[in-house]
Amino acid sequence: MADVWPPRKWARRSDLMLFEALTLQLGYNATLVTMGAMLLGIAAGATGTFLFLGKRALVSDAISHATLPGVALAFMVMVLFGGDGRSLPGLLIGSAITSAIGLLCVSALTHRTRLSEDAAIGAVLSVFFGFGIVLLTVVQSMNAGRQAGLESFLLGSTAGMLWNDAVVIALGGTLVLLAVLLLRRPMTIVAFDPEFAAGAGMNVRRTELAMMGLAMAITVVGLKIVGLILIVALLIIPAVAARFWSHRVGHVVLLAGAFGGLSGYVGAALSATAPALPTGPIIVLVAFAIFLLSLLVAPARGILAALIRHRRFQAQVHIRQGLLALATGQPIYEPLTIRLMRRRGLVRADGVATETGQAQAARALLDEHRWQVLRSDPAHEEAAAHYDWLTPLDTVLTPDQLRALDDALGPRAAT
Amino acid sequence: MSLDLITSEGHRVGGETEFDAPLAIRGLTVSYGEKPAVFSIDATFQPGEMTAIIGPNGAGKSTLLKAALGIVKPLSGLISAWGQPMASQRARIAYVPQRASVDWDFPTRVLDVVMMGQYRSLGLLSRVRNDHRQIAMDSLERVGMAQFADRQIGQLSGGQQQRVFLARALAQRADLYLLDEPFAGVDAATEKAIVSVLQELRAQGKTVVAVHHDLATVPDYFDRVFLINTTRIAEGALAEAFTQPNLQAAYGGRLATAQMGAAI
Amino acid sequence: MTGSEFVPLSLPPLVIGICAAIACAVPGNFLLLRKQALIGDAISHVVLPGIVLAFLVTGVVSAWPMMIGAGVAALVCVGLIETIRRLGRIEPGAAMGVVFTAMFAGGVLLLEQSDTSSVHLDVEHALFGNLESLIWLDATGWHSLLDPAALAGMPPELWRMLITLLAVLAMTMVFWRPLKLSTFDEGFARTIGLPVNLIGLGLVIAAAIAAVAAFDAVGSIIVIAMFICPPAAARMMTNSLEAQVLWSVAFAVLSAVLGYVLAGYGPLWLGFENAVSAAGMIATVSGVILAIAAAFGPFRTRHGVPAEI
Repeated sequence: MADVWPPRKWARRSDLMLFEALTLQLGYNATLVTMGAMLLGIAAGATGTFLFLGKRALVSDAISHATLPGVALAFMVMVLFGGDGRSLPGLLIGSAITSAIGLLCVSALTHRTRLSEDAAIGAVLSVFFGFGIVLLTVVQSMNAGRQAGLESFLLGSTAGMLWNDAVVIALGGTLVLLAVLLLRRPMTIVAFDPEFAAGAGMNVRRTELAMMGLAMAITVVGLKIVGLILIVALLIIPAVAARFWSHRVGHVVLLAGAFGGLSGYVGAALSATAPALPTGPIIVLVAFAIFLLSLLVAPARGILAALIRHRRFQAQVHIRQGLLALATGQPIYEPLTIRLMRRRGLVRADGVATETGQAQAARALLDEHRWQVLRSDPAHEEAAAHYDWLTPLDTVLTPDQLRALDDALGPRAAT
Repeated sequence: MSLDLITSEGHRVGGETEFDAPLAIRGLTVSYGEKPAVFSIDATFQPGEMTAIIGPNGAGKSTLLKAALGIVKPLSGLISAWGQPMASQRARIAYVPQRASVDWDFPTRVLDVVMMGQYRSLGLLSRVRNDHRQIAMDSLERVGMAQFADRQIGQLSGGQQQRVFLARALAQRADLYLLDEPFAGVDAATEKAIVSVLQELRAQGKTVVAVHHDLATVPDYFDRVFLINTTRIAEGALAEAFTQPNLQAAYGGRLATAQMGAAI
Repeated sequence: MTGSEFVPLSLPPLVIGICAAIACAVPGNFLLLRKQALIGDAISHVVLPGIVLAFLVTGVVSAWPMMIGAGVAALVCVGLIETIRRLGRIEPGAAMGVVFTAMFAGGVLLLEQSDTSSVHLDVEHALFGNLESLIWLDATGWHSLLDPAALAGMPPELWRMLITLLAVLAMTMVFWRPLKLSTFDEGFARTIGLPVNLIGLGLVIAAAIAAVAAFDAVGSIIVIAMFICPPAAARMMTNSLEAQVLWSVAFAVLSAVLGYVLAGYGPLWLGFENAVSAAGMIATVSGVILAIAAAFGPFRTRHGVPAEI
């Protein structure tokens, strides 16, 4: 056990920096930004879950690209009125205004014309972004010689951030998170089933607007840290990653918030350790790493788990079909069926059933007979609905129910 | 020995000749998730037969058709057409999908859709000849839609859309016709028109298989039924297979509702 | 303006802009109808990691390796989206959002980490392109178009874009029928034995080729705009696929020409001294065209004339 922590041998410079960054020892600004990024990540993960569950994840892409003209316009307006032009709150207000307009355009194109939402999203994001670039070149010529630095909003940049900016971000992150917590219930219902929500007397339109408004707020707050091109990742990736772990909305929202917060925290801290580690991309890549891990190993919907389940299920189906064929004396055509049955010792190499095979085949046939009776009897409708053609009936029904079935079967039950 | 409760026509124990049928399915299981949509289905469809696939909602009727055509991938099972692998016989098979399966907002007109049925003879670049156009127009004529040839497909009523799909299948000049709910949501005139076209096809010795919903019209339209509820309940001529016990087995408690629907 | 000014300074960027716009708009029609419009968005984002990797591998900023790198990145992107969508059972939009943002982030990080200060390779260039700088100094007037010596000095982007356009047009014409059929009715297309998945992949590859070549000349923002805006506007002008594609070409050309002219001369007319971004202006014009089509296009709404019997 080393008496200093972290141990001295770790103390290559970058490790030390990373440790200090993760423990928030890199100065007030870096600390505030890291906290702000974490809060933002939590809020973005949770909000993004509602967008994702409502199958509208990429709306956020239109929202974020539509901020660019607002940033440039706000700069111009502030300069025209004699201001600095680089005041963060002013630029953020500008970005909020044009992204709201972009959102309205997506909605108008989707509802008023024959275009589908994805086309509307693509049109709005590219046109607003293109117009924003036109305005940026105007700003550049207005500002001849002096860097306006608006380009930093594309990819985010926390280098040289002012104390005031850091406060704005931390405050903004907190406010958005509070709003998400407040609105989580109506947003869950609307994202899952808007028609039910409408039937239950909820104001679906207003809730959807709130969802979009939150996504917009997250975009705006995140502009300085993550940048407008990548902020959409913070809304989408944690939510998708969380979905692999749970089938329950509440859990997915919580997990997505946790993943988003972790990405924001680790990403911002990491990037504070070296100048060539831009904050936005690092945050996104941390989130993506969490996503990859979830995709592979999550037990609920991860690929490995699904693969194992599928293989097991396929084998079950083949063996059941093979047993039924044995019991009724039909040929088995599928090579895979024969292979699986041989491996389990149900048939011999020449295709003839072993003793175990015969016993199990008889059982399968009995099950099938019982099943036929059960299915045609309205009294057993409930059990019939749950039957999956594979589980032995005696694990589904009570002994009494089985006896009743066998009575109905008559002499065949004995076979 | 075959399962007692299945009305057997001897398909299960028959010799290899049944595999020469236009469509033979053996041991077909398809699953979208952790529960089979169809389980261990055997089925045989012969020339000059017109078969209704019937069963309750969610019984796997459409899935059976799609798996037979290779649109969905089965978990196990063999499918053959005229004794050959299905993929090699596509030119002889026509498919009429559910109307809702396509985007009717697609920018094209009726005649273009029907000509899609002749893709195999048109190929990539060969010119559209007059006889191609003639076949397409004849097909439209047979379903009573010739005057709509230049209409945009989005402007058609549901019944007219269904007739266009049938015309496309006719333009394929196939020997086996598979139809997925051809009578769903169509008007009475369309239903009549479609039935008479299908019966003509049967009279020409073609094989017709249709997923069907309305038990009341089964005896009028079809000569065979295939009852399905995930597994095969019964298959055979009306007199043998379209019986109360079989229907009870297929529909369970829902039979009363199904028949009430039929009576209306 | 005289030929001696127009030909060297404006002709090459105009032609390149027009070719890029058409090359993206044509496959864009099919992407639009397949509800895959945002694939163009995804592809143009992942071009950046592609070119950065190509630069890191070859050590030079040269067109062909970078185009190959970008093409590979586009294919990796599409493959990843498809894998995540299928294996993870994630809706396509979200799968896209996960993949292209992560790949773009990786590209930016690589760029920052590698020493590219000596070469002209940065994110802004990737996004905005630099259409205005593609000038033809060897030209002295219209007659230079017939002068082999002068033609040799033509910006190479022009030839690449021209070849790409011809390739995209040829592929579209050859595969018109299967493309149309499988876009309209995928299930039916499968039953007549069309390789539906392969056709879908081919379309995406064609789009990727167009995107990569156009990106090299004009930046990714035009690429996204041209994939979506001209076809979307065209859809509202007609109910025939053939006419829709022609309309989209017309709109693409109009956007390119008008956008270029407005960017170059618009500010002068307004009394400003500096031109604005041509790429941005072309995207803006295409948006204005779309807005006009959405407001007045004869087939702008889903339900046209009701059927009469």
